[in-house]
Amino acid sequence: MAKKKFVVGCFDDEAVLFPAVKKVRTAGYKIHDVYTPFAVHGLDHAMGLRETSLHTAGFIYGITGTATALSSISWIFTKDWPLNIGGKPHFALPAWIPIMFELTVLFAAVGMVLTFCYLCQLAPFVKKHHFHARATDDLFVMVIECTDKTNTDDLQAFLTSNGALETKVEVAEDGWWLGRYDKDEMPFEENQIVAA
Amino acid sequence: MASLRTQFEVPGKMKTWSYALIGLGLAALLYGMFTKGFSSDEHEQVHFWGTLMYNTIFWTLICNASMFFISVTTLAQAGFTQTFRRIPEAISTLVPIFGAITFAVLLYIVFGHKHHIYHWLDTEAVAADPILKGKSGFLNPTFFVIWTTLTIALWSFLGWRIRKLNDEADAAPMDRETSEKFIHRGTVRTAMFTVWFGLTVGSTVPWLWMMSIDAHWYSTMYSWYTFVSSFVAGMSLIALWVIYLKNKGYLELTSQEHLHDIGKFMFAFSIFWTYLWFSQYMLIWYANIPEETVYFKHRTQGAYKGIFFFNLIVNFLCPLLILMKRSAKRNYTLVTFMAVLIIFGHWIDFYQMVMGSLMKEHVSLGWLDFGILAFFVGAMILFVGTALSKKPLIAKYHPYLKESVIHQV
Repeated sequence: MAKKKFVVGCFDDEAVLFPAVKKVRTAGYKIHDVYTPFAVHGLDHAMGLRETSLHTAGFIYGITGTATALSSISWIFTKDWPLNIGGKPHFALPAWIPIMFELTVLFAAVGMVLTFCYLCQLAPFVKKHHFHARATDDLFVMVIECTDKTNTDDLQAFLTSNGALETKVEVAEDGWWLGRYDKDEMPFEENQIVAA
Repeated sequence: MASLRTQFEVPGKMKTWSYALIGLGLAALLYGMFTKGFSSDEHEQVHFWGTLMYNTIFWTLICNASMFFISVTTLAQAGFTQTFRRIPEAISTLVPIFGAITFAVLLYIVFGHKHHIYHWLDTEAVAADPILKGKSGFLNPTFFVIWTTLTIALWSFLGWRIRKLNDEADAAPMDRETSEKFIHRGTVRTAMFTVWFGLTVGSTVPWLWMMSIDAHWYSTMYSWYTFVSSFVAGMSLIALWVIYLKNKGYLELTSQEHLHDIGKFMFAFSIFWTYLWFSQYMLIWYANIPEETVYFKHRTQGAYKGIFFFNLIVNFLCPLLILMKRSAKRNYTLVTFMAVLIIFGHWIDFYQMVMGSLMKEHVSLGWLDFGILAFFVGAMILFVGTALSKKPLIAKYHPYLKESVIHQV
């Protein structure tokens, strides 16, 4: 896990945040993420995030569930252990549809939750860096990824001129790690050389 | 706001088309009436009156579904419908007209003593039949006529009150207090419609009008099934008009976001229709009791097998697979295609519900069915177009209008 340098700008108004996001993008900076206390409508479009593929994954999980149910029940009831149930044919499709439906829902639901957690890097004991504590309270926190050539002073001034209340430069882990905030706030620090 | 085109004018081409369709329909109707309706052959009579019956009921119900859509969205305080609300309103103005036609057809069947359609009209048979005797409190001409009159009259009246209230949003800007009062009055009026809708389409009316053809058979799912069938077709009709008006350059404030929500209704209620279809079918199939399976016997194994499964493909598999993607519900061409397909599919569904019970031996789908369908399509286009041209397309002072304009899915 590499550590990177970020410039953080905090905003307290959606009406200021949206034009700022647009300007930062047009200026050519790469927005790492915008952390908000609540879901902001249209921010994903403003940031130019692509449509999630989570629903495609859900469709595939669902189809897998249907196929699992149909193949296993049909194998059990026609090949492995045929039973005469109420004089119905062995291949009693209508009776299986509720089970096929349930397995479709089960596979899709569980699969999508796990995929969602994977995509968001959420799991028990997994830690991620907080760029600003008030992102969980009342501030919209825009985080911009720096390159070797980024002039952080210019960028901070640029953010302030676009309505940021507070700006700072932070070197942080952009991925996830396992551990505790109080014990290892800066994991791997000794081994990493940060590009200044 | 000033630059919006809110006044719809009926194009000459639309009028020509609707008159042509109505003419075609009337020709089929008259020819059918003399060759079949007044023929001495019972079979031909049943064919003619049954065809009229399912068409009139289908079209009345899908137009009434528009008013139900308005009512439930109003009750849920949904704002997104405001930019296109005049379309379901215009469609629901057809309820009194199509309702009157349905009423005339049903009255003719009851008073013309067509006991080959409604077996329970045959008093001698009912007297000798303990099952029909037990149902005679519900299935008798007096109750049928009173309930049908009340049903159609109240649908029309309560719907008219809701439309009338919304006209106030055309007149003048509202302050906060007036808006709150306006919303409250709308809630009361739509609640009254919804209750009556539940007592009729949600329960009694499909049993009375259509299920009683199989007088011995019953299914508690039947009414819900009929309701969902008409509702999903009604949503498709709204979608078609929205897209038509968009194409003509009206409804500037209605966007893909609104179409997406209409598409969701079409998709979700197609699935719900299948859920009810399957619940009705599976329980009867599983229990396998002869007096219950009698309804499905000739539908799954007899002449109607093709139509029965075609119905399931058109109304379930196609919406499921085609409308599932977000981009499909936001695509005008695809939604148009699916709307036409769904309306046609549910028309076929009504066809098999009525004719499948009346003419068990063979499928009669032919010129008469499509002729009557042409009549209703033509009349629908003509009357909805006229109704749309009478009012502005947007009630511009409605308190929820802004919410609808900025609607995003």
